[in-house]
Amino acid sequence: MSRVEAGGEARMSKAGGGSAGAPARRPGPLWTLALFRSELGTTFRRWRTIALLGVLAAIPVLVGIAVKIETSDGGSFGQGRGGDGEGPAFFAQITNNGIFLVFASLAATLPVFLPMAIGVIAGDAVAGEAGSGTLRYLLVAPAGRTRLLLAKFTTVMAFCLVATLVVAAAGLATGALLFPLGDVTLISGTTVMAFCLVATLVVAAAGLATGALLFPLGDVTLISGTTVSFADGLLRALAVAGLVAYSLIGIATVGLFISTLTNSGIAAMAATVGLLVTVQILDTIPQLHAIQPYLFPHYWLSFADVLRDPVYWDQLAKNFGLQALYVAVFGSAAWARFTAKDITV
Amino acid sequence: MDQPSAEDPAARAAVETRGLTKRYRGGQLAVDSLDLTVPRGSVFGFLGPNGSGKTTTIRMLMGLIEPTAGRARLLGAPMPRAARSVLPRVGALIEGPALYPFLTGRDNLVRFDAADPTADPGTRAARVSAALERVGLTAAARKKARAYSLGMKQRLGLAAALLQPRELLVLDEPTNGLDPQGMREIRTLVRELADDGTTVFLSSHLLDEIEQVCTHAAVMTQGRLIVQGTVAELAAGSRGRLSITTPDPAEAVRVLKEHGVTDIVALEERVTGELPASGGSAPPLDLADLNAALVRAGVRVRAFGTERASLEDAFVALTGEGFDVAG
Ligand SMILES: Nc1ncnc2c1ncn2[C@@H]1O[C@H](COP(=O)(O)OP(=O)(O)O)[C@@H](O)[C@H]1O
Ligand SMILES: [Mg+2]
Repeated sequence: MSRVEAGGEARMSKAGGGSAGAPARRPGPLWTLALFRSELGTTFRRWRTIALLGVLAAIPVLVGIAVKIETSDGGSFGQGRGGDGEGPAFFAQITNNGIFLVFASLAATLPVFLPMAIGVIAGDAVAGEAGSGTLRYLLVAPAGRTRLLLAKFTTVMAFCLVATLVVAAAGLATGALLFPLGDVTLISGTTVMAFCLVATLVVAAAGLATGALLFPLGDVTLISGTTVSFADGLLRALAVAGLVAYSLIGIATVGLFISTLTNSGIAAMAATVGLLVTVQILDTIPQLHAIQPYLFPHYWLSFADVLRDPVYWDQLAKNFGLQALYVAVFGSAAWARFTAKDITV
Repeated sequence: MDQPSAEDPAARAAVETRGLTKRYRGGQLAVDSLDLTVPRGSVFGFLGPNGSGKTTTIRMLMGLIEPTAGRARLLGAPMPRAARSVLPRVGALIEGPALYPFLTGRDNLVRFDAADPTADPGTRAARVSAALERVGLTAAARKKARAYSLGMKQRLGLAAALLQPRELLVLDEPTNGLDPQGMREIRTLVRELADDGTTVFLSSHLLDEIEQVCTHAAVMTQGRLIVQGTVAELAAGSRGRLSITTPDPAEAVRVLKEHGVTDIVALEERVTGELPASGGSAPPLDLADLNAALVRAGVRVRAFGTERASLEDAFVALTGEGFDVAG
């Protein structure tokens, strides 16, 4: 016993003389960036994330093949309901121009598949780490609750964009493979774009097989597009992908908020997806039209207005404001909850 | 940042709590007005049966949960307010390791290191390798963490606490799930770290573990601190209890009383008693003299000695019950 005591005293004096054992360290200026990079890497290297993106990429391929099979007898797809809603209008156009598969794919995945994938990622973002206990080690590192939440938020937003781009790229590649590409006839009837060029560029950028590109090129009639019309086309293509991704940030933020409420990743995912389905149903009940403008999916298909000439700004602006409102409200709620939360797992 | 002077008592204690209390939302009073002082440079054993509030205390110290009442200081700074400046100097293993199963052991450490604002990315790879080496996981570094055994996970959790030089290490039951060899390695590691001047705050429900490595200890039951001090002091309460086995107990008791032995208990052939406290004017009682006196008085002595003093004796003396009773 006395030996232990003496040892203790020796250690104490040592520590007293040299508490410089760990010199004071200062946060590096780029640290927030490092945390964000780590978050991004952890999310996107996960097998589950890759599987979700794979499923999303498969949808345009399946839609393209289905349309091809259905129209192989020379008939045209979706007769009798084309022009009914914006979604089906894209489907009717696919056989004429493969580029419309991009819009059709985005219109088909926006109501369910895209937000569901985002519900999984956003719902799991905080709750999953809380449940597995890794959250406590990040917080004692110390990541800082506000910064960690910010990194999670940014990563979920990045996933919205990546998921949308994956659908768009898969739509382009499939459309280019299966159908002729050509000038895009806007919904109002004015032809302005040489989408085929954009398509070629994006598909090439996506690193898809060059052989796939060579085949449709034979069918494409390249218009002698002026620099203006090409720029216009590029702009609208980017705008559509951007708008779809932007439409998803509302549900993404709601998912992140739900994620701060529980220690079970599965529960948070299920709650987010359940809420998504419920709100979508509410959005279709006519008696509820008074509240419908405040439901996050209400203006989702407004991205099609970018393809009109002139562009209809009304719905786009409303969607912009509504999504921003959801981010502000649920982002604040998530912050308030997360910074005050007891981490007991 | 204020650099507290050496005279300031708060600057000298690595951990200091005053009236620290936690009542969980369910109404469970997990920690009840805890006044804990962990001196710098000590290896401090935080002892208590399962459910006595050790992990809850550690969570409050690390700013993971908000105390219901009271306050806590870590390395002289108030928690959780000073978390940003204090926690980089504190390594922690809290209620077992938690890992990303889909990342390799090495990538897990990289991830935790990236969450530390003061960690230099330039030295990250080297520091991760050093931490893996230190806990003996170099060979398994490229394996996914889901393939790790419980003991390997525990080691990786320790490695995460050792990514930087720390002033304080908080280890919550670090030997849980380890085999005897692993336990011995952890003890060696704790001693090494302590020799480097790191304060180690070690919670455990295993008495002998605390006794083997700690200089100081505190004992909790049901959320309350019953005692704290140096291990030597704590064990002193029951130190030196004399034990004699003899077929002549009555005579033995008489002789022992003459020599100032107190609290004598005679049970059939076994007589035990408290040796007189040394110090003061009287010379300390020599056990050899006492034995000679017994023999001179015609007491036939079969066995003679002092029972080994242990924390367990101290604990039983303090609580009047066995140690492994859950609170
Ligand atoms: N999240 C929680 N909610 C409610 N009660 C809890 C929670 N965590 C622990 N407790 C209770 O608080 C008491 C102390 O638990 P804990 O601090 O984990 O003890 P120890 O680490 O000493 O085993 C126990 O009675 C336990 O049941
Ligand atoms: Mg515990």
